[in-house]
Amino acid sequence: MAILKPILYILVYPGLLFLMVYSTFCEWFDRKLYARMQNRIGPLHTGRAGILQPVADIIKLFAKEDIVPEQADKRMFSALPVFALAIVCTAALYLPVWHYGAAPSFISFPGDLIVVVYLLSLPTLIFFLAGWHSTNYFSAIGGVRVLTMLFGYEIPLLLALLSPAVLAGSWRLVEIAVFYQNHPLLMLANVIGFFIAVICLQAKLERVPFDIPHAETEIVGGQFTEYSGKKLAFFRLLGDIEMVVGAGLIAAVFLGGFPGGLLPGLAWFIVKTLFIIFLLAALRAATSRIRIDQMISFSWRWLAPLAVLQLFIVIIIKGSAS
Amino acid sequence: MEYKVSLGPQHPALHEAVSLRMTLDGEVIRDADLKLGYSHRGIEKLAEERSYIQNIYLTERICGICSHSHTTCFTQGVEQLMELVPARRGLYIRTIIAELERVHSHLLWLGVAGQEAGFESFFMYTWRDREVIMDILEWISGNRVHYAMNIFGGVRRDIDELQRKKILDSLELLKKRTDYYLNLAASEPTFVGRLAGVGKLSREDAIALCAVGPTLRASGIASDVRRDDPYAVYSEMPFEVATADSCDVLGRAVVRIKELISSYAMLEFLLKNLPEGPFKVKAPRKVKPNEVYSRYEAPRGENVHYIKSNGSDKPERLKVRAPTLANYAATIAMLKNGFIADIPLIFAAIDPCICCAERLVQLDDGRRGDSRVLSFSQLRAMANERAKKIDFKKRKIAWPF
Repeated sequence: MAILKPILYILVYPGLLFLMVYSTFCEWFDRKLYARMQNRIGPLHTGRAGILQPVADIIKLFAKEDIVPEQADKRMFSALPVFALAIVCTAALYLPVWHYGAAPSFISFPGDLIVVVYLLSLPTLIFFLAGWHSTNYFSAIGGVRVLTMLFGYEIPLLLALLSPAVLAGSWRLVEIAVFYQNHPLLMLANVIGFFIAVICLQAKLERVPFDIPHAETEIVGGQFTEYSGKKLAFFRLLGDIEMVVGAGLIAAVFLGGFPGGLLPGLAWFIVKTLFIIFLLAALRAATSRIRIDQMISFSWRWLAPLAVLQLFIVIIIKGSAS
Repeated sequence: MEYKVSLGPQHPALHEAVSLRMTLDGEVIRDADLKLGYSHRGIEKLAEERSYIQNIYLTERICGICSHSHTTCFTQGVEQLMELVPARRGLYIRTIIAELERVHSHLLWLGVAGQEAGFESFFMYTWRDREVIMDILEWISGNRVHYAMNIFGGVRRDIDELQRKKILDSLELLKKRTDYYLNLAASEPTFVGRLAGVGKLSREDAIALCAVGPTLRASGIASDVRRDDPYAVYSEMPFEVATADSCDVLGRAVVRIKELISSYAMLEFLLKNLPEGPFKVKAPRKVKPNEVYSRYEAPRGENVHYIKSNGSDKPERLKVRAPTLANYAATIAMLKNGFIADIPLIFAAIDPCICCAERLVQLDDGRRGDSRVLSFSQLRAMANERAKKIDFKKRKIAWPF
């Protein structure tokens, strides 16, 4: 039994199987919401209410011809999508979805918050490498934009995620979640940080208004210009899974995690991540793409100072409580 | 490091084939050049082979968006040559179609601007509203794109009482929506931040580079053929020329939204004061030798047709200058020292209709050094030579399942 649990953890929940299924559902949810907000209908034909459309898209991409540019570094070009997908799936394992009360899951350890943030920033580097190794002008510009954007959102995101951890007195996801389950009112202290984290997650996922690296009207497909077929499908799946993991991380840190064991925990996970995805979709529908310089100045003029302010608030609350 | 990037002829931001050659320094454009000639159709030559009546429908096919503009411009010119006074009701209906076309063209442009700026919701909303106009046009003329309404001496179809009421009702809806867009374009921070200060064209430059239409009016110059050289029934209507002083893409958007609002007012005036009587008069088949220069304010700017007749039933020469051609020089000036991210916006801000403006292709023999001129057979020989070098066995092209 002892060995069965890690295997279930990696392969079924919250590992590969669950991630694949749930991330495609989340993509459908996001697309449907986005469409309704734009007065459209959205996916409709594949499955009930188009729920299988993301799966159909990925299957279609897998069946397409897979072209590797002649001048590209073939090994890197092919390995990068798989690496990126593996890294994001690894990050998903650290989400505290399977803990009973305060008992930590087998993979949890002090400081796993930092590990998840680190694992989530690796795909960004891989996007840059993917763009750079494609040897295409549009890809190279896209890759450079990916890195430039990283300098904008990564630090506010980390600061925003740290403030609830500081208030909870632990850098371990399980303990942070349990702390806020026991003190739900203290969640309100982190409201600013929550919204900063949601905006930074939007930037990390490269969605409107931060879809600068692959702005199709400017630089075609950005870092993915040369990618096609299976490799592009991996990158698309990666985007969906990253959305789930990012939403799960924010839910674990800011919204009190997923208490109550396996099934109630699963229900909490779905409710909380869908709430965050709803916020992301609303942000996507309400804004237009900004320029890279505007993005950087926005994140350093607003996001970073606000994140520091959030940290101060948390320190003051903690000081007055003790 | 400076490097050269060529946008197009195939690019997601460009709806038609045109090539933008740019010298980039990081994200900044240092130099820009336009390469045209990918979609030459030979319409002017074709016009010389066709009778005047046939040419009405040929000129309609110069453009898909401003189809009525081109035929009206041509029809007005020929009517002047014929010394024919068209029916008053016909002129009113012609103007109604023209203004409906302006509304649908501007709504289309707003959507395109939203799409180029990455604001998909705006695109979806404006195109949804554009359908209202398209339905009206289809109801009046039977067609969505080429209305085929003009004939020498008037129009081909009448507008009845029911249609008049329906159009007036739809205008109320569109007015509300357009007010919302004006509000949105002035207040949504990401959209304003994206459009403001982009593609600057000063007042002096706009005059020196012969810009036309909303591009010119957004630089603060109130120039409109409808007011300066009135045709059809514009002299009988009160209206103000919409201008903006910001000289940028945001100004061009605001000018177009203001023109939408003034078009609604014009349509209301025209529909309420539609005169009774015949909607067309009989026109002669042949035209006396003469020449005429016909001006028309298309949604994109001033449209010009030069028609020369020689006494037969066919024109000796038809010269079309679509508004896009007049705006190219200004576009290149606007692109310089902009960001890559602004290219699609700046280029779309002139509302380019590349096909309309393609008249002549001159092969320059690669004298500029950055291009070669190859014939089709040479290209095929090159492709064959290249294919011989590839070892297809090594390539392992296989069906993935």
